[in-house]
Amino acid sequence: MKAFLCAMIALVVIAFGANQILLNSGFSAQDTTASPSNVRLHD
Amino acid sequence: MLRLFAAFLLICSLMAPALAQEAAPNPRAETGGAQTLEDIMRRQSAQQVDETFRSSVTGDPDAAAPTTAPLGTRGGQSDPDLWRALRYDTADVRTQTRGPAAKTLIQDGGMWWLRFREGPLLTYGAALLGITLVLLALFYLIRGRIRIDGEKTGRTITRFTSVERFGHWLLASSFLILGVTGLISLFGRKVLIPAFGHDAFSTVAIATKWIHNNISWAFMLALVIIFVFWIVHNLPDKTDLKWLAQGGGIFGGGHPPAKKFNAGQKLIFWSTIVLGTSISVSGIALLFPFEFNLFGATFSTLNDWGVPGWVGQDALPHPLAPQEEMQYSQLWHAIASFVLLSIILAHIYIGSVGMEGAFDAMGSGEVEEQWAREHHSLWVDEVKNAEKNQSRET
Repeated sequence: MKAFLCAMIALVVIAFGANQILLNSGFSAQDTTASPSNVRLHD
Repeated sequence: MLRLFAAFLLICSLMAPALAQEAAPNPRAETGGAQTLEDIMRRQSAQQVDETFRSSVTGDPDAAAPTTAPLGTRGGQSDPDLWRALRYDTADVRTQTRGPAAKTLIQDGGMWWLRFREGPLLTYGAALLGITLVLLALFYLIRGRIRIDGEKTGRTITRFTSVERFGHWLLASSFLILGVTGLISLFGRKVLIPAFGHDAFSTVAIATKWIHNNISWAFMLALVIIFVFWIVHNLPDKTDLKWLAQGGGIFGGGHPPAKKFNAGQKLIFWSTIVLGTSISVSGIALLFPFEFNLFGATFSTLNDWGVPGWVGQDALPHPLAPQEEMQYSQLWHAIASFVLLSIILAHIYIGSVGMEGAFDAMGSGEVEEQWAREHHSLWVDEVKNAEKNQSRET
């Protein structure tokens, strides 16, 4: 079952890696429905 | 002459009601031009309603009295005029929000999507998975475990290399996790929140969303791996027809000859590739909202080809509002996933409890030679011939 265990490890690595890439890519799904930068929320 | 004139008068008097009918008043006169009960009834029974009576009534600023004139108006649009223009996407909207969908403030199609998502999609999706499980249980009760018929040899043949098994398990594990987290998201509002409450579901929803979004990449990578490794073995050939004609030997007994993959396995392979790709593409569209407009372009092409007319349907909606693109992506993503889940449940059954010796192919990669001869006789011949040729060369 080495192949299975390797697949599990790869699964976790890919998930966290993909998350880091998405976080650093500059794309935000939230920004497609809101533009807080266009509104002054603070003084 | 007098009689003729009397007859003419009689005919005219008889025609009067008919003429009056022809010059029937505006059907919306009673409502002052607004929708009638008939319009509402037609809409409720999902019939087409001509909306021009109100979609065109969006005010006329040019005809408005000047604001400086006595009793002048503040423009030529009343509030209802403005809301109608917003509903039918003809208003000149300018917003602080710069998102792609910001200008569509009212989208009627959203209600159709919401009703379908909360109703038939959940009902038929759950029914499909439930019926699949019941049929598999019945099949197990009727047919039992498919045993190895002949005497076991004790010898094994390498069926899948470690890289192939890695690709398979990466695909299998990611798909099952995506399936479970997808079902939690889909059934959250209608089933899980009423059962466990908002607070409990909120934590679960945040976790499942993170897992679903990030594990999807492993699924896509694994899909590419199995496609590259197994495409050659899954091209259809004439042995598949023989295998299908005998139903794979499941009920009639016997073992129709098959190569490395039999016709049933080929069907599962192509279902996984086609549906998996479709789920991946629609998933990427959902992951990056409003970036990929898949359905508007597809509907337009299908309309150009006249495809809806082949099945007696009206042209597919086009162009689509940005929100509609996302709604169609969500529905397609869920429907294709339900179908693939039900196919994979059958695959899991036959690869585990359903058939003796089948799990070894993905467990250790080594299968009992007798099992291989019974289920993949042509493949065993190929392997043996290759071994003979290799030993001759050495």
